[in-house]
Amino acid sequence: MYKRYASHTALSDVNLSIPKGSIFGLLGPNGAGKTSFIRIINQITAPDEGVVLFDGQPLQPHHIERIGYLPEERGLYKKMKVGEQLLYLARLKGLPASEATERLKRWAIKFDLKDWWGKNVEDLSKGMQQKCQFIATIVHEPELIILDEPFSGFDPINANLLKDEILELKAKGSTIIFSTHRMESVEELCDHIALINRSKVVLEGEKRAIKNQFKDNSFTLEYSGAKPVLPGGYEEVNSAEIEPGVTRTHVRIGEGGSVNGLIGSLLGQVELHSFQENIPSFNEIFIKTVGNANIPVSEV
Amino acid sequence: MNKTLLIIQREYLVRVKKRSFLIVTLLTPLLITALYAVPALLFFASDEAKTIQILDESNTFRGKLKNDEDYIFTFIKGSLETAKQKLRNSDATALVLIPKDIVEKPGGLQIFAEKTVSMGLQRRIENVVQSEVRNQRLANAGIDVKVVEDNRVNVDAQTYSLNEEGEKSSNSGVATGIGYAIALILYMSVFLSGSQVMNGVIEEKSNRIIEIVISSVKPMQLLLGKIIGVGLVGLTQFMLWILLTALISSAVTGLLKNKLEEKVRKEVSVSASPEQAKQVQAQLQAQNPMAKVNEALANLPLGKLLLCFIFYYITGFLLYSSLFAAVGSAVENPSEAQQLLFPVTIPLILSIILMTYVINEPDSKVAFWASIIPFTAPVDMMARLPFGVETWELLLSMSLMIVGFLSTTWLAARIYRVGILMYGKKATLRELSKWVFYKA
Repeated sequence: MYKRYASHTALSDVNLSIPKGSIFGLLGPNGAGKTSFIRIINQITAPDEGVVLFDGQPLQPHHIERIGYLPEERGLYKKMKVGEQLLYLARLKGLPASEATERLKRWAIKFDLKDWWGKNVEDLSKGMQQKCQFIATIVHEPELIILDEPFSGFDPINANLLKDEILELKAKGSTIIFSTHRMESVEELCDHIALINRSKVVLEGEKRAIKNQFKDNSFTLEYSGAKPVLPGGYEEVNSAEIEPGVTRTHVRIGEGGSVNGLIGSLLGQVELHSFQENIPSFNEIFIKTVGNANIPVSEV
Repeated sequence: MNKTLLIIQREYLVRVKKRSFLIVTLLTPLLITALYAVPALLFFASDEAKTIQILDESNTFRGKLKNDEDYIFTFIKGSLETAKQKLRNSDATALVLIPKDIVEKPGGLQIFAEKTVSMGLQRRIENVVQSEVRNQRLANAGIDVKVVEDNRVNVDAQTYSLNEEGEKSSNSGVATGIGYAIALILYMSVFLSGSQVMNGVIEEKSNRIIEIVISSVKPMQLLLGKIIGVGLVGLTQFMLWILLTALISSAVTGLLKNKLEEKVRKEVSVSASPEQAKQVQAQLQAQNPMAKVNEALANLPLGKLLLCFIFYYITGFLLYSSLFAAVGSAVENPSEAQQLLFPVTIPLILSIILMTYVINEPDSKVAFWASIIPFTAPVDMMARLPFGVETWELLLSMSLMIVGFLSTTWLAARIYRVGILMYGKKATLRELSKWVFYKA
């Protein structure tokens, strides 16, 4: 799909498919077009060109009852009671009042919010408010859950709680779109990712596949003993003594080389402590892909 | 539609459940009642009668100053000095010196008191002395006082309005009063409800809850729900005000009426026969200025006025509140709104400025146009209605009102749907007009 605003293009030829039941990481620098993409899926705005298929069907207004959305910038009505507010938001998503009350009760116990049910939202701590918002996002048991920076503002304990909930939702079969800057949570949670930069999808695929794509076939090894002599096809990138007598070396396997060949040649020369393939982190992939590009600063 | 109802319900309940709503709703009828009941009650509140000593050197006032519930006049003799000294040790409140030459020099009247002399007492004594002095002067000039009294007349014109239903006694004073009152109430309520809508929109935007809500409903549903919800709060308040004011004031009026009759009976029964008492009472009734007002009110088409009021309240409210909402959607806090609000409030303020003119000249060209153009029509048509408006004018004004609110709502909705998601951009009028043409 395409989405253009007066002064800039937010999405250009974006074509993504999000596998059912996966956690899909939507990555990209500020202003890349992630929010535009999410708003289109939520039917807050419509694309200029293109179509969104939800479960094979063109996206329609009634689909919003099957979608849950936690926006990056969160808020609740400050002067409304927690319970009333969650009930209201749940009913806006199409849940009948009785059903919503029933489910909210369970969530209140699970998230330790029971004592706060009759309090105004403004009396809650920020973490509590975040919990309320999370409940509001998923109380209607949506098939598609869109979380925009869900961990921001959470302390480590609540962040863990949230992570467990996300994994549980996935186990129950929900599909989760997960937009974030925090690469460690991408590593931890996502199955698929798409990287959007300057309105275009620049990288997309299964997590492992992308990592393989970015592998440079290099290995890190730690050994003690004299510096080994590497046969042809292997190139030492750098080397350093990390403690007395122990050296760490990065080796890239080139033309004609193989992992087993490298290990074989090493075993005869040094005492090998560890041998590990260098798999790039998403942080590195992100920087490498977006890196030198001129990143627009303003967020839309 | 179901969700719009849900939004209306929330917007309505949140406001009605506020303590400030309850207080304003209860206090206003009490204030309105108090406005006329308190002076009346004060009138009946009788303190203990005060004794006033009169040192009448002219010897003409004995029997002219009548005792009543408030004052007892006792005439004393002696010199002023001793009287002044005695006053200090007596129960009397004040000492009045009427000098010998009061007829020639009316300025010589003196009142002494330990504390400050009240305005009421001073005026009372001045009036009695003044009329006596005048009578004596007239007598001295050879004019019969009775002739003068008999020729004291009050000119009081009766006004009638001629229309299809025949001639009716009208009262331009009452029409003016009603016109002012209704137009002002309409102006205030449109203004207040409009700002409530605006603040609601700003709250949702600055809270950022807007994105959660419009991922569940269409922006138009939210806007509509908010406007209708707030409008219903206003209507509820009116209904409660009318009901409560009627209840409280009828109770108070009943109480005052009883007291009045009691007072009349007491005063008359001392000196007169029951028949005379009846006469006096009837006279009192006739003199009662409220009787005339009531008659004029009864002749006004109150039902029509109420229906028109509801119509102009609803359409005027929709017209302005949608514009208020558009302004609210374009800003992130109320202080930013002031500048953008200017073009919205100007016509509203203009309508209240025109109102005075419309009431003075209800049939002028200005009054006609002011009551036809949708932006000023709610206030100015309501101001004009008590004086009588041709049916076609009313119908034209009403149809234009409907066209007017539909167009502003459409315009506002276009701005609103863009504005609520726009952050960090300084909204100017030019920017807003661009938003109108954005695609969804």
